[in-house]
Amino acid sequence: MSSHASTVDPKKAELWDTHHHSHDVISTRTLGYFLYLLSDGMLFATLFAAYGVLSYQHSYFGGPTPAEFVKPWYTFAQTIALFLSVLAYGFGMNALKHKNKSGLINGMLAAFVLGVVFLVLDIHDMSHLYSMGITLASSGGMSAFMVLTQVHATHIFFGLIWILVMIAQVMTKGFTEETVGRLLTLRMFWHLQAVIWVFVYIFVYLWGYIS
Amino acid sequence: MLVDLPGGWSPLLGRLAWSQIPYANPILAPLFVAVVIGAIIILGLITYYGKWTYLWKEWLTTVDHKKLGVMYIIIGLVMLFRGFIDGLMIRTQQVWAVGPHSSGVFGSLHGYLTPFHFGQVYSAHGLIMILLAATPLLVGFMNIIVPIQVGARDMAYPYLNALGLWITAAAAALIMISLFVGDFAHNGWFEYAPIFEMQYSPGVGVDYWMWTLQLLALGTTLGGINILATIIKMRAPGMTWGKLPIFVWASLASNVIALTSFPALQVALALVAADRYLGAHFFTAGMGGNLMLYTNLFWIWGHPEVYFVILPAFGMMSEIFPTFSEKPLFGYMTMVLASMAIAGVSWLVWLHHFFTMGAGPYVNTAFSVATMLVGIPTGVKVFNWAFTMYRGRLTFNAAMLWAIGALFLLLVGGLTGMMLAIPAINYMVHNSVFVVAHFHSMLLVIVYAVFGSVLYWFPKVFGFKLDEFWAKTMFWLFSAGTVLVFVPMYMLGFMGMTRRLEYVFNTAWQPYLDVMELGIVVYTLSVLAFIVLLYVSVRDHAKNRVGADAWGTSRSLEWLTHSPVPFYNFAVLPHVNERDELAWRREHGIDHVRPEHYDDIHMPNNTGVAIIIGALTFVLGFALTWRIWWLCIVALLAIIVLMIIRSFRGDPGYIITGAELQRMEEEAYRREAQIADSHHIHPVSGGVVGNAMAYQRNDSSK
Ligand code: HEM
Ligand SMILES: [Cu+2]
Repeated sequence: MSSHASTVDPKKAELWDTHHHSHDVISTRTLGYFLYLLSDGMLFATLFAAYGVLSYQHSYFGGPTPAEFVKPWYTFAQTIALFLSVLAYGFGMNALKHKNKSGLINGMLAAFVLGVVFLVLDIHDMSHLYSMGITLASSGGMSAFMVLTQVHATHIFFGLIWILVMIAQVMTKGFTEETVGRLLTLRMFWHLQAVIWVFVYIFVYLWGYIS
Repeated sequence: MLVDLPGGWSPLLGRLAWSQIPYANPILAPLFVAVVIGAIIILGLITYYGKWTYLWKEWLTTVDHKKLGVMYIIIGLVMLFRGFIDGLMIRTQQVWAVGPHSSGVFGSLHGYLTPFHFGQVYSAHGLIMILLAATPLLVGFMNIIVPIQVGARDMAYPYLNALGLWITAAAAALIMISLFVGDFAHNGWFEYAPIFEMQYSPGVGVDYWMWTLQLLALGTTLGGINILATIIKMRAPGMTWGKLPIFVWASLASNVIALTSFPALQVALALVAADRYLGAHFFTAGMGGNLMLYTNLFWIWGHPEVYFVILPAFGMMSEIFPTFSEKPLFGYMTMVLASMAIAGVSWLVWLHHFFTMGAGPYVNTAFSVATMLVGIPTGVKVFNWAFTMYRGRLTFNAAMLWAIGALFLLLVGGLTGMMLAIPAINYMVHNSVFVVAHFHSMLLVIVYAVFGSVLYWFPKVFGFKLDEFWAKTMFWLFSAGTVLVFVPMYMLGFMGMTRRLEYVFNTAWQPYLDVMELGIVVYTLSVLAFIVLLYVSVRDHAKNRVGADAWGTSRSLEWLTHSPVPFYNFAVLPHVNERDELAWRREHGIDHVRPEHYDDIHMPNNTGVAIIIGALTFVLGFALTWRIWWLCIVALLAIIVLMIIRSFRGDPGYIITGAELQRMEEEAYRREAQIADSHHIHPVSGGVVGNAMAYQRNDSSK
């Protein structure tokens, strides 16, 4: 506990870092980004909690409930689009392993297009609801429904911008330490959004449909 | 879908109009004039002395963690002062407006503040003290000390660090501008549903409150990620987890809390925004909203937040006690475990802030027991500090006095917290000033630890010590103020005085309020003593210069490098062999061994992007508050574009060559040699009693 119980011989001890270990930029970056994603996960956890509290019968205040308008197959199509997008991203990252620039860019482009499909389906869904007069102002329950799903959609939107930025960076800069680090963090982001979508699909859409 | 706004709205200015400027207010208008004159004087002086480039190059664009930390602390001290003025105003109103016969001025029936204005003052006071004074002060210290203590040259992400600072500064600016443009929230620092809904609070006050907090949450999350990554990734070779300085452990525990709890606040605020801006019904009284959902979400963050701020303070005390007891910290491992336990349990107790919600005996009991559990690790810490001092060679300098004061307050605050944790008692005193006295005792632990740390680490950062006489004067004045204000407050709480009274109906309370007013006057004197302290210390700084190991008895790595710390922290990173590395080196007489050879090092470049993004977040917050939509879009787009541009450019950093490093180091050593180290104390181990070691002073004259 105290320094006098020391086991190191002060005469021979190494006092300065002579063989400098340069620390690994990519792993530091990805760690930090992982920590950020933890907080993003907490954000969704809180939103799910709010949704849980606001999804009782009385939360809808006699207005529309998800059971009345959710179409599980439609949302399932969204699920497929998002998962294919993640898969395409995965193929792109596989190409990165082989230093295959065009393979990576093709994978990213496919991921982008599929992400856009997801988002378009979402926007179409929302405008359909809007045309039926169902908005987040309809009731507490609908507020929770809308905000949870649309916060997820917003994440997808920013992810898409990021994918475009990364395509441009890979095209102009190639595989540098910086771009590769960002490709890895973007992959973590994209995967997490897909995982969260699973929860959204099950607890908001499917659960809402059957209850 | 968008809500109806009472009052006007124009596409260009949103809700902003001349009538929102309180130029007829007898308190705010003169204050505004004073602020403008002060600002002109400061800006004029900077221009006169031609310091703009210096300011821009050395401070505003810096990514150096020490300078960013210093700026955090400056923000914290300025906001501490602003919060103090608010406190002074609250006390003065309450001592004045007692009983039906009390007089009233400035349009107020009793006292000098109208209820609406009084509400704004106490709401701003609470928010400022917790989130804009305590938090930046602690984050500032973590910023400065953690990287040096783990033996790193900077934080893991220097640019992100600057971003966090400037977003915090933007939040501070936003709450300050609410003084002069529009109103601030008047429903308390944590607000209540549904009174913050548009229907009941149609002004911009709640919006200011909401966006200020939102910015702070963002800045703190970024800072938390940075500190965590720094601790995990940037430790010097040889520094295993078991050798981590205890302040670093405390910062780790604290930022784990920050990272996991701030998102809950962000969501709570975003949902308030959805209600107020989009007409959602999360927290409305009708339409399927749920009032208590807000309270739960807020305190799910709120309670962890109070531990987020107290844990670094515990860490600071754990650095100060050993140094001035000339002994290693007692029970290192239990200290670490206690910090982690506090961080974990802090998540399980939030409901104790509203036992009166009426969740039923089982729920209340569970939360009551969980709350009391926190007392165990806290008690462990108190005993560890006591045993650290036991049989130590105590030096009662000002830093030590502040730390001991913190220990006493922790006892008072902790025990009253235990009382509040018992639902049966809580039903009696909830929302009384007893609660106010409890949490002030607790938050004062932080203030005491921070002032202790200012004294303790000042020589490290600036190279000279602060004046002991004035520091002690300030300490005793401050402590007298604490006793005078908070002892009567506890008593009034028991007598049933509720919190936030703009008008005190019971004249029997007058004597207590008088004593509290006296206390705040004494506090004011201590503020003056602080200013004198700074002045005297800067005036005499040549006399008080110190070498690397300013106190001669400190234990951790930051005291191994020069004072003031060079911008690269360590010319050669140290190799860590022992837990208290510096103390170990000193004991074996190898603390002055220099590295033999200097290699090139790589440092990050300064950047102006962070401060510009900070300014834009301020614009965004302001535009959102006033609903100036075009400006929101412009600011948001500008932020995104800047971030993309920055990501394209990257930062190659720059290289300091070994030769240049050697030249700078030799100069620093020469400077240090000139500073006569007349009182060098060498602790050596003596008898051992139950792991509590005593030390004797080496005869330094031989
Ligand atoms: C031993 C640990 C603690 C216990 C048992 C404890 C207990 C409590 C309880 C039961 C309340 C609710 C009182 C009520 O409103 O009826 C409370 C309020 C509060 N506590 Fe503590 N507390 C502890 C530590 C702390 C610490 C470390 C801090 C901050 C540094 C703190 C700050 C606060 C604040 C700010 C409030 C009230 C906020 C408000 O209503 O405005 N407490 N505490
Ligand atoms: Cu609490």
